[in-house]
Amino acid sequence: MEIISAENLHFTYPGDDEEALHGLNFEISKGQFVAILGRNGSGKSTLAKMFNGILLPSEGKVTVCGMDTSAEENILPIRRQVGMVFQNPDNQIVAGVVEDDVAFAPENLGVPPEEIRERVDRALKLVNMYEYREHAPHLLSGGQKQRVAIAGVLAMEPDVIVLDEPTAMLDPQGRQEVVGTVTRLCREQGITVILITHHMAECVDADRLMIMDEGRITADGSPAEVFSRVELLKKEGLTVPASTYVVHKLNAAGFSLPLSALTPEACAQAIAGALLPCGGEK
Amino acid sequence: MKSVTLGQYFPGDSLIHRLDPRTKLLWVIIYIVALFAALDWYSYGVMMAVTAAFLISSKVKFRVIMQGLRPLIIIIILTAVLNMFYTDGTPVLPGWPITWEGIKKAVLMILRIIMLIAGTFLLTYTTSPIMLTDGMELLNAPLKKLHFPVHETALMMSMALRFIPTLTEETNKIMSAQRARGADFDTGNIIQRAKAMIPILVPLFVSSFRRADELAVAMESRCYHGGEGRTRLKQLHYAPRDWIALGFGAVLLAGMFTMRHFGL
Repeated sequence: MEIISAENLHFTYPGDDEEALHGLNFEISKGQFVAILGRNGSGKSTLAKMFNGILLPSEGKVTVCGMDTSAEENILPIRRQVGMVFQNPDNQIVAGVVEDDVAFAPENLGVPPEEIRERVDRALKLVNMYEYREHAPHLLSGGQKQRVAIAGVLAMEPDVIVLDEPTAMLDPQGRQEVVGTVTRLCREQGITVILITHHMAECVDADRLMIMDEGRITADGSPAEVFSRVELLKKEGLTVPASTYVVHKLNAAGFSLPLSALTPEACAQAIAGALLPCGGEK
Repeated sequence: MKSVTLGQYFPGDSLIHRLDPRTKLLWVIIYIVALFAALDWYSYGVMMAVTAAFLISSKVKFRVIMQGLRPLIIIIILTAVLNMFYTDGTPVLPGWPITWEGIKKAVLMILRIIMLIAGTFLLTYTTSPIMLTDGMELLNAPLKKLHFPVHETALMMSMALRFIPTLTEETNKIMSAQRARGADFDTGNIIQRAKAMIPILVPLFVSSFRRADELAVAMESRCYHGGEGRTRLKQLHYAPRDWIALGFGAVLLAGMFTMRHFGL
């Protein structure tokens, strides 16, 4: 079942001559982990803002849970369903105490106080930040702040979480924390995750990978399928994960390794399998 | 920059922390009025005892309170000196401009300023910004009838408090960046130093506007649509201790004015 669909989606920023999005058509299924990859200016952040009606299509339409984003009365129900996490954690935390910040969305929705308490506790436990509930956000690390921001969105109990380059300002450890958290939320809680990024490595666990360039979707498929098109990715200015690159080079040199070997471990297994007659048992 | 403790909250579980923010806000008003009603040694003694009782029961570290006072040392000294020289009375030594009355007034003035700062800072030290602004919103609720934007004002204040540490950090970063490019903030006269601040203020303003923009989008994404129909995680309830505290405040106020009446 699709939860978000875009039909002939065009968008031009006011005052701009050039279109930022050129007629996108796609559907996103419920419960999937979708990664959208593209370099700066590819239109991926613009697309993200379409999913909860912050930006409205100039032409075509976006439908979320059967609701058209361009209808004024749908905006609030849509924002309740589609949680949005942004790049800079400092600019999306509104309160001076972690739990007050997580409570912000349910407070806006008029949820009764006892239920807000339950939701806040549950959301903080889901992102493993429960023990920090009384801390001041500015004393947390980048990865922790971003997990608080995710909890703030979870407290709305959304069906979809859209993350717009949530790891761009984080160190590798923080990046790992955030991607691990959203992957887990998707797998265990059944929340649809749309992760917008320019880090290839973060897309490895996704169910589906879409590549954007100049306002168009240039590739769409499972990560293994998309990564296997190494030449296309290079043209897009994206670097493939090191393991994919190794497999690609080896295949070009006459080996036939499976392109589904995305992680370094799987890659090592595949190479070992090809080199050793016994089939990769080390 | 690091020593800015104004508006900082130190989480805790003391009696003062647990008081309703409305009680504390009203108490600050009572406290200030009482402090200015105090006239002489006896009433100052009472106020000092009250202030000390608050500071001790709040369990806020002494060092923190001293930090809050530090930026105001110049004002305190200046007030004291002016009072010493410009009060009529018996000179300390014949022909000296300093009078005994002046010294007394200076001492009382120093005490008053210190108590004023320590007592009022205690409000933000022991009350989380959210509680503080919630309290203000509720206390100001009657003003809604006059179309005063009560909710918006409270929200703006809590955001401002929330962003103090973030912007302080940013200012330090910009200063370091400009220093690395050879900017000089520490020498020259006042005008030169003020001019040296421009390369700090411009990027700070630009980034603040960008932050505000992003924050607004983030708030909208989390279904913010004004104060209408909002609920609260932390409900404010008057407990018996709040009534006792307010009763105590009324007694203090009455006592202060009585002492003033008798010139104590």
